[in-house]
Amino acid sequence: MLTALSLVIGALLLLGLAAVPLAPRAAGARLVHGGCVAACVLLVVLAIWALLAGGGAVLALPFGPPWGRALLALDGLSAWFLLVLGVTGAIASLYAMARPPARPGAVPPYPLFLAGMVLTVAAADAFTLMFGFEVMSLASWALVAADHAQAENRRAARLYLMMAALSAACLVPAFGLLAGHAGGFSFAALRAAPPTGWLAGGVLLLGLLGAGSKAGLAPLHSWQPMVYPAAPSHVTALMSGAMAKVALYVLARLLLDLCGPAQPLWWGVPLLVVGAVSAVLGALRATLEDDTKVLLACSSIENIGLITIGLGLALAFRGADLGPLAALAAGAALLHILNHGVFKTLLFLVAGSVLASAGSRRLDRLGGLIHAMPVTAGCALVGIAAAAALPPLSGFASEWLLLQALLAGWRTGDIGFQVLAAAGTALAAMATALAAAAMVRLFGLVFLGRPRTPRGAGAHEVGRLERWALLIPAGLTLLLGLLPGPMLALAQPALMALLGPAAMAPAQGFALLGGTGEAAAWYLPLALLAALAVAGLLVLLAVRARSPLETRRGPVWNGGFINAPDYLPFGDPLSQPSAGGFAQPLRSMLGTSLLAARQRVDMPRPGETRAAGYTASFADPAFGWLVVPAARLRDAVAKRCETLRDFSVRRCLSLGFGTLLALLALLAWLEAH
Amino acid sequence: MQTLAGLLTQALHLALVLLAAPLVVGCTRWLKARMMGRRGAPPWQPVRDLAKLLRKRPVLAENASLVSEAAPYIAVVTTLVALALVPSFAQGMAFAPLGDLLLVAGLLALARVALVLAGMDVGTAFGGMGAAREVSFSAFAEPALLVAVLSFAILAGSTNLDLVAATFRDGQLGLRVSLALAAIAMLAVALADNARMPVDNPGTHLELTMVHEAMLLESSGRHLALWEFQAALKLELWLALLAAVFLPFGTAAAGAGPLAWGLGLLAWLVKMAGLTLALAVFESAIAKMRVFRVPEFLGAALLLALLAAALLFVSTGLA
Amino acid sequence: MGKLPYDIAHLLGGAMLLLSFVLLYQRRVQAVINAFAVQGGVLALAAAWQANMQGVPELYLTALIAFVAKAVLIPLALRAMLRRLDLHRAVETALGIGTSMMAGVAVVALAILVVLPITAGARAIAREDLALALSVVLLGMLMMITRRNAISQVVGLMSLENGLVLAAVGAAGMPLVVELSTAALVLVVFVVAGFFVFQIRERFDSVDTAALESHRGEGAGDGWRGEGAGDGWRGDAGQDGQRGGAGQA
Repeated sequence: MLTALSLVIGALLLLGLAAVPLAPRAAGARLVHGGCVAACVLLVVLAIWALLAGGGAVLALPFGPPWGRALLALDGLSAWFLLVLGVTGAIASLYAMARPPARPGAVPPYPLFLAGMVLTVAAADAFTLMFGFEVMSLASWALVAADHAQAENRRAARLYLMMAALSAACLVPAFGLLAGHAGGFSFAALRAAPPTGWLAGGVLLLGLLGAGSKAGLAPLHSWQPMVYPAAPSHVTALMSGAMAKVALYVLARLLLDLCGPAQPLWWGVPLLVVGAVSAVLGALRATLEDDTKVLLACSSIENIGLITIGLGLALAFRGADLGPLAALAAGAALLHILNHGVFKTLLFLVAGSVLASAGSRRLDRLGGLIHAMPVTAGCALVGIAAAAALPPLSGFASEWLLLQALLAGWRTGDIGFQVLAAAGTALAAMATALAAAAMVRLFGLVFLGRPRTPRGAGAHEVGRLERWALLIPAGLTLLLGLLPGPMLALAQPALMALLGPAAMAPAQGFALLGGTGEAAAWYLPLALLAALAVAGLLVLLAVRARSPLETRRGPVWNGGFINAPDYLPFGDPLSQPSAGGFAQPLRSMLGTSLLAARQRVDMPRPGETRAAGYTASFADPAFGWLVVPAARLRDAVAKRCETLRDFSVRRCLSLGFGTLLALLALLAWLEAH
Repeated sequence: MQTLAGLLTQALHLALVLLAAPLVVGCTRWLKARMMGRRGAPPWQPVRDLAKLLRKRPVLAENASLVSEAAPYIAVVTTLVALALVPSFAQGMAFAPLGDLLLVAGLLALARVALVLAGMDVGTAFGGMGAAREVSFSAFAEPALLVAVLSFAILAGSTNLDLVAATFRDGQLGLRVSLALAAIAMLAVALADNARMPVDNPGTHLELTMVHEAMLLESSGRHLALWEFQAALKLELWLALLAAVFLPFGTAAAGAGPLAWGLGLLAWLVKMAGLTLALAVFESAIAKMRVFRVPEFLGAALLLALLAAALLFVSTGLA
Repeated sequence: MGKLPYDIAHLLGGAMLLLSFVLLYQRRVQAVINAFAVQGGVLALAAAWQANMQGVPELYLTALIAFVAKAVLIPLALRAMLRRLDLHRAVETALGIGTSMMAGVAVVALAILVVLPITAGARAIAREDLALALSVVLLGMLMMITRRNAISQVVGLMSLENGLVLAAVGAAGMPLVVELSTAALVLVVFVVAGFFVFQIRERFDSVDTAALESHRGEGAGDGWRGEGAGDGWRGDAGQDGQRGGAGQA
């Protein structure tokens, strides 16, 4: 199994090399992406095999860092994330086969990106993990930077590189602290010597910063809405569906597995807080953005936040010796990782199809696409319903589990944590409702209503292969919504890897279980679907029996508004809700306080002839507080460094000499202690 | 035997709620009219309205999509299934194990999304405005509801509606400040979700109305009938939910036999009548608030629910 | 079983707390006075109930004083004053309603956290009662801080005093409850009287009504020019067109 896995990684690397000559031709690009589809399907098979058969074996590759060999292993946790990676990767690659990226430069890094993620997930020592992580970061940077003709893409790529450097700069010391304490790099060695005291606190902080910035947790989330739109659609889908999950894998591996089961209750608190803040902030931004991909990126921040809440609760429950509840929270997080991976991939691909077919990402230039692109609209409807956490779709199942875990937060007995969990419940519920608002807004403005531009009116349905690339994830979203119980049973080894061998998945047969013992609440999606179907049939028959007349079409009533003049073939654009107009209530209600939203109405006095104006804007606080000062600091440092260039040879040499002496002194000091 | 009784009570429950739904709306309107010094239409007027609307031929806008046609069915069906989960005269019905409060909230959210999408389908200004406001209010109502549910979960140890109701009926909970606070929070959410008085005016049927009706402007015939029926079902659902949780007295057990069911039915009718009267009095006494005061209203509900939970943390910590 | 009497006392305390929140939530002076009157009534009920429960007839006197003074006389006087002076009716807040509600919840949480450890050993419900009373006191104080309007500040003070009386009547065997509550009432009456005198002098010293105008919430000409941020709800009238006006109809 592990040999096969390492062969897949090798094949992906070779594919990346082969892509360099193949990429300029469309058929070549198709071939490369087709190879990626095959590799990803193989990954799915391997992951399911590992989850069912259980794999504790470690494979030592014949090469590695100078002090040892690279280790690969596929335990439950790795296999679960490999499954997510394989599924989203296969879908995204299939889409890329149907619609190869416009720039040939975006083809070769793609297999490398996949290989890096697989290596990260399958690594069994800290070095291999970090190596895979960096390959992933650099390859995805190359993908983001592929379309570097536009200035904003260059900016996005630069910001992304900085963020990647930051996460490496935090994760390397985090693993370094662990390894220094344990005296070895393999996970087994790290697990054997769990950190305590300030060391553990340092690992927690650095791990949260490093993995959190990659996953897009507040306050280090501001790169996502800039970077995601810059990359080609299938890459964006993979970044949101898989790469953010790989970052969460690192977080879960580091905090729940490698730091040992003996960590206290408060370890969950930072994750809970950060997750809740990200969830609300991301969802609120998603309701305000007017670019489909940016909107989806913000929705990703929200979902990553929810998953982090689940991981934090799992840590806290484990610290309070509440094993079943820890399994509930971790199960919610794992299930949501898979569900979100699938439906967010679907939604990004839909955004890509809409961009290609209707020519825009901006909500204000789209509209009425349900008539031109019915299949895409149907898939999008499935995706937004799942993202809005509506039963019986997949998003609801995992968020149901998560809310059940939050509602059980009071069982820890610590009043501070109880209050936090109650506040977390409120915030998670608010994030869910806001996400529903954002998704409804997305679908309503893009697919419903009337076209807003001639270009949008000329949209057409996507091709056959691309249609399959949308239909498959839509079908998977439906299936995952109906079968959360079996999926959690499949995730059982992952739960055991996270929480110890006693962990039991919060599922029984086809049902999900919230809570423990007799008083557990049940969620049975199949029964729900059956009830809905039967009731729907009966209502339909009853209504049609009483009301047999067929519908007639007529001009729109619109509260008695007169029709638009002939020179406005799509109707008066102002009589249709715009992206800003739909967001206006929430911008006023929440945006002013949370996102510093401003709106300004410029109304001329009667008699004045200038036009009235309305402007609205908002700013993410994290950007102003964090990114701008960081950029200023970078500039200051750069300016300082510039002065070095004017140094004479003697002073340059003395700098090097001084550094050498300082290092030697440090060595002497370390040896003395 | 147990399953048979469960199935029988479930079927009776469904028939009961279907019959009672238009009457709840009709009674509220009639009582309000009486209190305002008008004679008012008889309580069964909504039934007549529905029958009339069903007879009419529905007209759809030229650019309406399948969403306009399917959404009313989806909304009615989800609300109906949610209502089937809320106990009325008997507990332990066949669907009781499914009857989870989060699921009820999720089903209501599904119905809401169907309504909002129908409002946006034709792309009219009013529909979009109503849709935007509806989803904005839900962002405040959902957390208040969930935190109120947290209070029940602490007391009953579960979010299963049947278990919560049974605990509140049989358990020696006494009068709890926290429950009173949670009840107020639930009431506020119920008013907002049903587009009732301080949040939205259900009496108007014009374009000037703000939220709920604005999304229905384009529907007619059986679609409008379905939407009206869904609104009636939703109002009944919330009243039944409040009755089941906060007034759990007199509810029969499913296996207790027809006599106990009859008593439970009587108790349920009395409770529903009382709640309807309370709603009518409240709506007659109070004025509609401005749209942008609604977040404050629902935010206050959320804070009260949080306070209720905090008080419960204290008392459970002491016990 | 004897649990119900305690439950009712507890519930009355909870109602007091709820009314404190209502006081914080109201925007109009009239409604603030009404809510205060109701709170006085509930306080009277609570005192009477305690008298009944503890068998201390003096507490009936406290209840009577509370009812007559706080539920009837002081609200009437305040309302009369409001009419005569034609004070502007909207409560001016130093802190937004939402923010002050949040602060209120935080204050109550603090009260709970403070009361619980120091009353270890008492019955659970008695401890909660004490926490409720302290919360009422703190919320009264919060109201005094967060409102600019003098009447609201006075009401805050009186609500604070209500909390004190609630704590006093709730603690069984506390001596001099009646005397204490009377003394506190006298103090409050002095403050109210002083406030009236002060207000009247203010009123006749200043003839600048324009200064008053600028405080009115519903300036007809200025509202629709308002720009977003703080009180920007009105700013959307421009975008909403005719329905902004219709909505308020």
